[in-house]
Amino acid sequence: MNSMEFRDKVVEAIRLAVTRVTPETELALKDAVDFEDDRGPKVQLNAILENICIGKDEGAPICQDTGTITFFVEVGAEFPRISGIKDVLTEAVQRASVEIPLRPNAVHPMTHDNTGDNTGRYTPPIHWDVVPGKGLTVHVMPKGGGSENMSKLVMMTPGKGLKGVKEIVIDQVAAMEGKPCPPTVIGVGIGGGADMALELAKKALLRPVGERHPEVEVANMEMELLEKINRLGVGPMGIGGKTTVLDVKIEYAHRHPASFPVAVVPQCWANRQAKVIVSDDGKVEVFA
Amino acid sequence: MKKVLTTPLDPEEVSRLRVGDAFYITGIIFTARDSAHEKFLSLRDEELPFDPAKYALFHCGPAIHKVDGKWTVVSAGPTTSIRMEIFEDKFIERFGTKIIIGKGGMGERTLKALEKHGAVYVQYTGGAGALMAKAIEEVEDVHFLEELGIPEAFWMFRVKEAGPFLVTMDSTGKSLHADVAETVKKNLAIIKAEL
Repeated sequence: MNSMEFRDKVVEAIRLAVTRVTPETELALKDAVDFEDDRGPKVQLNAILENICIGKDEGAPICQDTGTITFFVEVGAEFPRISGIKDVLTEAVQRASVEIPLRPNAVHPMTHDNTGDNTGRYTPPIHWDVVPGKGLTVHVMPKGGGSENMSKLVMMTPGKGLKGVKEIVIDQVAAMEGKPCPPTVIGVGIGGGADMALELAKKALLRPVGERHPEVEVANMEMELLEKINRLGVGPMGIGGKTTVLDVKIEYAHRHPASFPVAVVPQCWANRQAKVIVSDDGKVEVFA
Repeated sequence: MKKVLTTPLDPEEVSRLRVGDAFYITGIIFTARDSAHEKFLSLRDEELPFDPAKYALFHCGPAIHKVDGKWTVVSAGPTTSIRMEIFEDKFIERFGTKIIIGKGGMGERTLKALEKHGAVYVQYTGGAGALMAKAIEEVEDVHFLEELGIPEAFWMFRVKEAGPFLVTMDSTGKSLHADVAETVKKNLAIIKAEL
């Protein structure tokens, strides 16, 4: 593998990510049409599905907000060119911004200047994990502003316990109404510090819709929250209905005895993701 | 059968639309976000580049680029409408705009203006930008592009059967958004009591 081939594969992954939702998300949206009784939510869901088809057929970005191109990198400790990864990812975002094109979404917070190519200070954001081996996995997640704005962090009083955690999540989904473009996927991060809770909540969104957490206590809470939230009645695009969320994903970390951080990060129905995997023998592949 | 409204809009036809109705538009829709509303309201009548009463107003900042010198829409979904709440009643009052397209609904001030002027607020599905781009036959014109920038400019799109648009606020003072908020509040109390 050379770095140009790797970069082109990352551009391809960004293209895949902004022009389609994950296959599990599409299936869940199709199920939701049948699940809804009323015309309003069915109209919204059918428009979403038609839009997804056009994105796929024509290679067009499904939403005009192509988001902040966010990377989650799992790099093998023995991967041969660790030092070059950040530059390649940044260059891939710059190229994708022109070639696809992406909407320019990187603005200087002091001067309001838009860099025009979706890169800048700490942008694109890259989350790193070092794993054993020689391989590399890069997850690409375009994260839209509408859903990101509905994120929440609560430093909960530990005494409130798991009941308190559930209340925070359900309250937040009710308060978001139609703003994050439901039906959403809800990422929940519990424990760690303030920063880790938020990172875990976003990372939780990488797990496919419909897949349960491997630990039974966590999986049970995911299912309980999913069932309860969908009785709120927010519905597709907030116009009422039975499908407010497609799934709830929880990740956790051990916490300080005095702290109980709870983070909620929603992803809009346009749950767009792709990944690039470099195997131990240097082969590069893109997956939707 | 698809209900299709054409522009210039017929005020009578628009005033008969009710919450729950779904329809499509063939003709011209123009985009306007925060700065565009402010800009139009600052102009004198003789300075207006077009008549906003004839066409539907779309809360949208498109992803758009030039292909062979011609503006081409990549994706054009709605942006969050509530940001325009501080302008919309004045906009409707002064310019007589009859259809506001956006997402998430608007507040009391806009609802009163809709009632007074026989207008409607319709929801277009958030994120469905590719679907809208497909319905856009041509970018007819753009106003104040240099001054306002791409997302904020007035883009005039010639569309064919754009939609579906779902009426969520109508001229009888009914707002589906307010009804849903009320329902969610009740359900939330029941669900939390179970925890």
